[in-house]
Amino acid sequence: MAFFVDPIGFIIFWLRGLLSGWGLAPGVVEFIMDALGVIAIGSFGLGFTIFLIWVERKISARIQGRIGPNRVGPYGLLQTFADIIKIFTKEHITPRGVDVAVYNLAPVLSVMAVLLLWAVIPLASTVVGTEINVGVLYIVAVGSLGTLAILIAGWSSNNKFALLGAFRTVAQMISYEVPMVLSLLTVTLLARSMSVTQVVAAQDVWFILVSPLAFLIFLVSSQAEMGRAPFDLMEAESELVAGYQTEYSGLKFGMFFVGEFLHSFTVGALVTTLFLGGWRGPGAEQYPILGIFWFFLKSFVIYFITLWLRFSLPRLRIDHILDYNWKYLVPLGLMLVVLTAVLDKWLFMVNPAINPWLRALAQLAMNAGLFLFANFLVETRNRRKPLRQPVGAPRPVARPPEKASITEKAA
Amino acid sequence: MTVMQILFLLIGLVTLAASVMVVSTRNMVRAALYLIVTLFGVAVLYVLLNAGFFAVVQVVIYIGAISILFIFAVMLTRDVTGLQAAAFNRTWLLAAFLALVLFGGLFLALQGWSGFETVPPAFTDDTPTIRDLGLALVSPDGYVIPFEVASVLLVAAMIGAIYVAWGRK
Repeated sequence: MAFFVDPIGFIIFWLRGLLSGWGLAPGVVEFIMDALGVIAIGSFGLGFTIFLIWVERKISARIQGRIGPNRVGPYGLLQTFADIIKIFTKEHITPRGVDVAVYNLAPVLSVMAVLLLWAVIPLASTVVGTEINVGVLYIVAVGSLGTLAILIAGWSSNNKFALLGAFRTVAQMISYEVPMVLSLLTVTLLARSMSVTQVVAAQDVWFILVSPLAFLIFLVSSQAEMGRAPFDLMEAESELVAGYQTEYSGLKFGMFFVGEFLHSFTVGALVTTLFLGGWRGPGAEQYPILGIFWFFLKSFVIYFITLWLRFSLPRLRIDHILDYNWKYLVPLGLMLVVLTAVLDKWLFMVNPAINPWLRALAQLAMNAGLFLFANFLVETRNRRKPLRQPVGAPRPVARPPEKASITEKAA
Repeated sequence: MTVMQILFLLIGLVTLAASVMVVSTRNMVRAALYLIVTLFGVAVLYVLLNAGFFAVVQVVIYIGAISILFIFAVMLTRDVTGLQAAAFNRTWLLAAFLALVLFGGLFLALQGWSGFETVPPAFTDDTPTIRDLGLALVSPDGYVIPFEVASVLLVAAMIGAIYVAWGRK
């Protein structure tokens, strides 16, 4: 019975008992358990990606009015396995002039940066890779490894397009790390702890209700960190061939894609953990297996939203992306951190045992006010700024007659 | 030898080897990458010391920000792919001498230190945490003056950077 309530906790308990029973020293048992945990989380992440690739292809097909993979297995479920076999048999091309060691390291690093995130995400009340008291900061630290992977991939390829793609990526990823950190700081303030498990434990009211602005900032900046549409400038096909991965082929190219597919789900998992109460849900305390269910349900909802954004929006221009970050998201994030801190402090000074829903309501009102204020500033700026006219006079091209009047007025 | 000690030795070796490679490799970008390995090794040493906060901060600041800035600058300055920079310049003798003096001084100073033999205290609930660190940084009996001086310095640097980047219009 214990197995069905909490399978993973049960296995851990059983294995630890077994290893101790063999007469191993406690230090060695801990080491083996940790190593097995690393292997389990790593293999889970990579194995799960096989399923994610199918999900993403199906969803993208539905959004674009296609059917998607439907030949191999029921609903095309086994399509990815066929693709894996294909990619394994492909040739590894190493172009002349690449820095071989670095060139081969980059794809590994890019997958590693994503897999490392899973170490701190609690999947259920009893299932967490490792409990570190600076988990939120760890998420930021690991994110910067992903930037590094793309940078060295672009450099070591010895290709101008790859390098250009890498430069764009670094400009974008370093910029969007700032609002991301600010939104994580807001979460830390609300949870009174940097430990991810504590953040989940503090969410009697989900933080998406307490601080929706932080949620939105995090969602947008992590979409940019992932480098997916509308922020996919690093591999803009129309301008840069394929960006930093231009020179990669076979499984090395595949590794970048594994990293990207897994990252988009990991963002869902992170948003769930930080803003949607993680594994919490009806019955999750008594039955940890339900916690896993709730966790994945919420993560898939956020994952679906990110995919929806990806397949609906066109690519942005680099100056727009950076403008939006530095002139809107960063000031908004800074204001949010300060106001959240002051308001929370005041609320707890007035009444130390404040009802979490009352606190959420106050914070929500503050968020709404801040959002309206920011919106007002942007609107004012847009009104003062003269409307950009199209460059050059309208040329005599064929156009439908009802559009003609508009163009002439603009001219 | 416990597992932790073996890990420590391995990490120490990797860190030292990488730091030697930082100064001995001819390729500038590779030197920056070896520097990242070295800094990462130091971060792992922090983890082994149970100082998780410092480990993470080390990665965020040194690897996430400073090293990437290094690589960026190196890549943009010159065509470094084929560049074979000189490993020594005229002052290498003086530098070697100063390094030796520094090493000797540290060696002598640390010889009588009792810290090598002490067993680290077990971690309990009242072990200082990030909370205590944060409070110490802003309390008047703690480190509020160095903290504020550092903040003023950073603001000054930021204003300077904005001034330089502003351009003449």
